[in-house]
Amino acid sequence: MKRIHIRGARVIDPANQIDQLGDVWIADGRIAGVLHAPAGFAADQIIDATALVVCPGLVDLRARPREPGHEHKGTIASECAAAVAGGVTTLCCPPDTDPVIDNPAVADLIHHRAGLAGKARVVTLGALTQGLKGSQLSEMHALKQAGCVGVSNALKAITDTQVMRRAMEYAASLDLTVFLHSEDPWLGGGVMHESPVSARLGLTGIPETAETIAVGRDLLLIQQTGVRAHFGNLSTTRAVQMVARVQYDGLPISADVTAHHLHLTDMDVADFNANCHVRPPLRSARDRAGLLTGLTRGTLAAICSDHQPHDADAKLAPFAETEPGISSLEILLPLSLRAGQEAGMKLIDLITRLTYGPAKILGINAGTLNIGVPADVCIYDPHAFWTVNEAVLVSQGRNTPFSGWELQGRVRYALVGGRMVFQN
Amino acid sequence: MTTRNLQLDDKGRLRHFLTVEGLTRPILTEILDTAESFAGVGAQAVKKVPLLRGKTITNLFFEASTRTRTTFELAAKRLSADVLNINISTSATSKGESMLDMLRNLEAMHCDMFVVRHASSGAAHFIAHHVAPHISVVNAGDGCHAHPTQAMLDMFTIRRHKGEFHKLRIAIVGDILHSRVARSQIHALSLLGAHEIRVIGPKTLIPRDVSTFGVHVFHDMRAGLADVDVVMMLRVQKERMQGAFLPSEHEYYQLYGLTEDKLSCARPDAIVMHPGPINRGVEIDSRVADGPRSVILEQVTNGIAVRMAIMAMVLGRGASDDGETRRSGERA
Repeated sequence: MKRIHIRGARVIDPANQIDQLGDVWIADGRIAGVLHAPAGFAADQIIDATALVVCPGLVDLRARPREPGHEHKGTIASECAAAVAGGVTTLCCPPDTDPVIDNPAVADLIHHRAGLAGKARVVTLGALTQGLKGSQLSEMHALKQAGCVGVSNALKAITDTQVMRRAMEYAASLDLTVFLHSEDPWLGGGVMHESPVSARLGLTGIPETAETIAVGRDLLLIQQTGVRAHFGNLSTTRAVQMVARVQYDGLPISADVTAHHLHLTDMDVADFNANCHVRPPLRSARDRAGLLTGLTRGTLAAICSDHQPHDADAKLAPFAETEPGISSLEILLPLSLRAGQEAGMKLIDLITRLTYGPAKILGINAGTLNIGVPADVCIYDPHAFWTVNEAVLVSQGRNTPFSGWELQGRVRYALVGGRMVFQN
Repeated sequence: MTTRNLQLDDKGRLRHFLTVEGLTRPILTEILDTAESFAGVGAQAVKKVPLLRGKTITNLFFEASTRTRTTFELAAKRLSADVLNINISTSATSKGESMLDMLRNLEAMHCDMFVVRHASSGAAHFIAHHVAPHISVVNAGDGCHAHPTQAMLDMFTIRRHKGEFHKLRIAIVGDILHSRVARSQIHALSLLGAHEIRVIGPKTLIPRDVSTFGVHVFHDMRAGLADVDVVMMLRVQKERMQGAFLPSEHEYYQLYGLTEDKLSCARPDAIVMHPGPINRGVEIDSRVADGPRSVILEQVTNGIAVRMAIMAMVLGRGASDDGETRRSGERA
């Protein structure tokens, strides 16, 4: 295996509170040295990283490669290639594949295919209930044995609170983190944020309470069961405040936000832009401000892509008939950098939300440049401006509302286990 | 996203007619004035003018309709256009994919205009975004979003009876939440400078943010009708009794059904309108619907002239626009 010397970079490693100019050395696929050269290191390859940032490879809490089941939208090979093009070296796949990840075979299949693709690492969440149907518990122990890093019911609500309580209790006994998408299925039946815009467009609205009521219920059950839980994809200021209050009380909960919710609002839906059809919906400008505050304060410990590539037909219909989601792996980093800038965050804190923060939530040994860990590294040019063009995305999904946006920050190299998997 | 107004061409003339929102008062006034000039055509022995001879207009109805489709058809025929009616039942595939395929096929047959009705909000915008540049789209109702020709025929009817808009107090009563008619009426009335627009109904049927449209909200019908010049009733769908919008038709009629008694709160010369079809005894009493203050059937008649005006304005812009270079003889 190549011994690599990355030279002259701005090294950012949040886990070790490093943000300074220096070098990184990689040997045997692992980090061999940061800032201080290991003794007797003879490099096979030198990467000149002058004016570039070197940080741990990004860890994405939620990205759907669409395989198995929806290969016309994306495959593990195509989406893992997209991931590393965006500096993402580990992505977490939710269990709503087809078939559902409610048995070890599906988890094994995904891990195996990801290994064959040889780009980003893929970790999986097991289903919380069988078939995500919300009635019977899945075999969580078997899923854990198969390598699932947590359990989740993905976008499917568990309406029966007794089932939810027991699922949390069972996951807690197995020391599994429960990943929640908290949305009241009845209030959440619309297609966009309930607001003057939805009233104007005649689209069924999803009120803020669709999120706050579900978060409130789940917070109380977390308190009761003592499970470790993570709220995915918060979209409202009030939900962020509710989570912050309970975190302050010391409950073991975390939360994330998507990069697109940090930039877009319900206003962007006008006139019926199907690429802005996402779930949970893009909220008001005030909610966006609240999400940025939550990000700055650390209530939101991670930014994820919530990558959902689609075939063209999925978005070619009147708004309400289109499928929600954005193809977003490749723009996660520059969108996050821009949000961090707007919120006045220090770069190291922003990078935390993309690396060490999500890795801790998943409980995996990633997102750091600790000596001896597998060398998953992202090297990006913080000064490069580029314009998003959906036609040249690596992902099979071309569905992005950010086409034409000029963004700053472009990935130059990505390494996974010390192997160069992307170079630009 | 493009910020260009999809409905207007480079010279600011109507290219599609999708929604009243985003148009200007002069355009609305032009529609009303043009409609006035067509209003006599129906009374002539030969009910035709040769304005759109050689043009092909397709009525593309993804949702059932009798009145609207018929008046569009009559309007097109009175302008001497060829008309094609296509009804796609809701049970058939209504996926975007097949919809686009169908559009491509109709384009290949050299249609000039699509008149579209669809159950999804934004369907007319979607089609306007995807049709070939020489084709115009007229929205005949999309989901809960807009029904601009209905609103314009309502404005036409109001203007004929009441003259200028700036003195008028107008109440719109009923299911505002699901009504594309109400949304278009509110935009049109605001643009034309109505003195006051009120919406009346229970909270379950009024969008929470409706006040951002510049309307006053009333839940009490008598208070809402006080001193109004025009009462615009809306149809209440039977489905609203499901989904917890309303408890029963009976209770709705008690609270919001327009009776002579409730109408007495309005000005003595107030007119009563309804876009049809009417649910007698649910939102309106027959005595009011058929009474002297009702202009409901006039609305239907006026619908033809207004739709003629809109089709003529959209298609009659001259051959130089939008790369329209095909000879008119090509299809004759």
